[in-house]
Amino acid sequence: MNLTLKIWRQPDTSAPGAMHTYQVEGISPDMSFLEMLDTLNEQLNEKGEEPVAFDSDCREGICGMCGMMINGQAHGPEVTTTCQLHMRSFKDGDTITVEPWRADAFPVVKDLVVDRGAFDRIIQSGGFISANTGSAPEANSVPAPRDKAMRAFNVATCIGCGACVAACPNGSASLFVGAKITHLGELPQGQPERDSRVVGMVGQHDHEGFGGCTNIGECTAACPKEIPLDVISQLNKDLRTAMKHGH
Amino acid sequence: MAVSGLVFLGYLVLHMYGNLKVFAGHDSFNEYAHHLRVFGEPMLPENGLLWIVRVLLIVALVTHVYAAVVLTARARNARTSKYVVKKNLASSLSSRTMRWGGLTILVFAIWHLLHFTVGKVNPNPDGTGTADPYNLLVESFELWWMSIIYLLAMFALGMHLHHGTWSAMQTLGLTGTARARARAKTAGWVVAIVIAGGFALVPLSVLTGIVSK
Repeated sequence: MNLTLKIWRQPDTSAPGAMHTYQVEGISPDMSFLEMLDTLNEQLNEKGEEPVAFDSDCREGICGMCGMMINGQAHGPEVTTTCQLHMRSFKDGDTITVEPWRADAFPVVKDLVVDRGAFDRIIQSGGFISANTGSAPEANSVPAPRDKAMRAFNVATCIGCGACVAACPNGSASLFVGAKITHLGELPQGQPERDSRVVGMVGQHDHEGFGGCTNIGECTAACPKEIPLDVISQLNKDLRTAMKHGH
Repeated sequence: MAVSGLVFLGYLVLHMYGNLKVFAGHDSFNEYAHHLRVFGEPMLPENGLLWIVRVLLIVALVTHVYAAVVLTARARNARTSKYVVKKNLASSLSSRTMRWGGLTILVFAIWHLLHFTVGKVNPNPDGTGTADPYNLLVESFELWWMSIIYLLAMFALGMHLHHGTWSAMQTLGLTGTARARARAKTAGWVVAIVIAGGFALVPLSVLTGIVSK
């Protein structure tokens, strides 16, 4: 396959960026999107040009490190992560536009690499369950109802990739925060900190400069883990309950 | 945003009920309009109920607009560098036009008050004006362009209610399951069609001659 790539190039956070056009040849349909970019970078290296910087880690669709806007869609046209997107989803001769996640809370580090530290700070402000260290407790000592456990597991699949923010017209991270709130709030271990968790995480979310949710629904369509919109309803409900409790 | 929106929704249902009185004829409609002014007398002064409702609506409007301005400003600041290419995959047209649609409805509401409440926009200067609401209504909607303004406004209102109803339920945390979400989205359609459609029946009926003087 031969492709035309339009890629956002930006040397660092403070420098202005621009779209650059590249031709890439000899792409196999079996390559992943990241392998296609690797091929482009080899060609750029041979010509002595600066390779395109992009994030990747596991390349198995489970770490959430890779992420870029491909033809206006977060992680491209398939419901998966960029590393699990294969070039058979494109046609020979296609022009593909590649951009970084665009959100002021995710500053561009270089080219397609963004700093998602804002998500880490949201997690630090409540997205955890405090536990004493030491030997692991007996797993069956705290029973969890099956339906709640299943819901918690389903939304715990959120890998924090940031696609929800990238796709949201408001630049909101409510799907991410909602997934964490629902995941921890459904389980018995999450109850003691349930109120302070939602207040802390929403406060940090707003402080980081993410937008407010208007329930448009682009986030859930972009989510590679198919986190449903009802986690945002859960987030709102938990916040309402916390406020009723005087937070 | 959600609570003030639901206040508007409740008001719209009552308003639409009053409008549909037009099908009961001249006297019935005017009697209803008059009764609204003397409602609760002598416990309430004349226009007492109307002013209670007006104050409630003004508070809801200020809250609604304030929330909208804050959300819009936050969205602007959250993404100062725009995408070169951005596709909309799952969002409804109504969800993406809430801000401009809301502004359209606000402009329409001012026009509507000037028309039927203040009586500054009067298609028939020789008529009785706001003193005879039924005749003012029929004289107004017999003008095709006046009806078009109202029908377009009702389309904008329907769009706003379609997303607004579901969004309010989601904001209030009432859509915690897939079934509840589907129900809320259906409710959005039902509310939009019933309310916007119910209001639109009046100008359409005048245009087609079902309702006349």
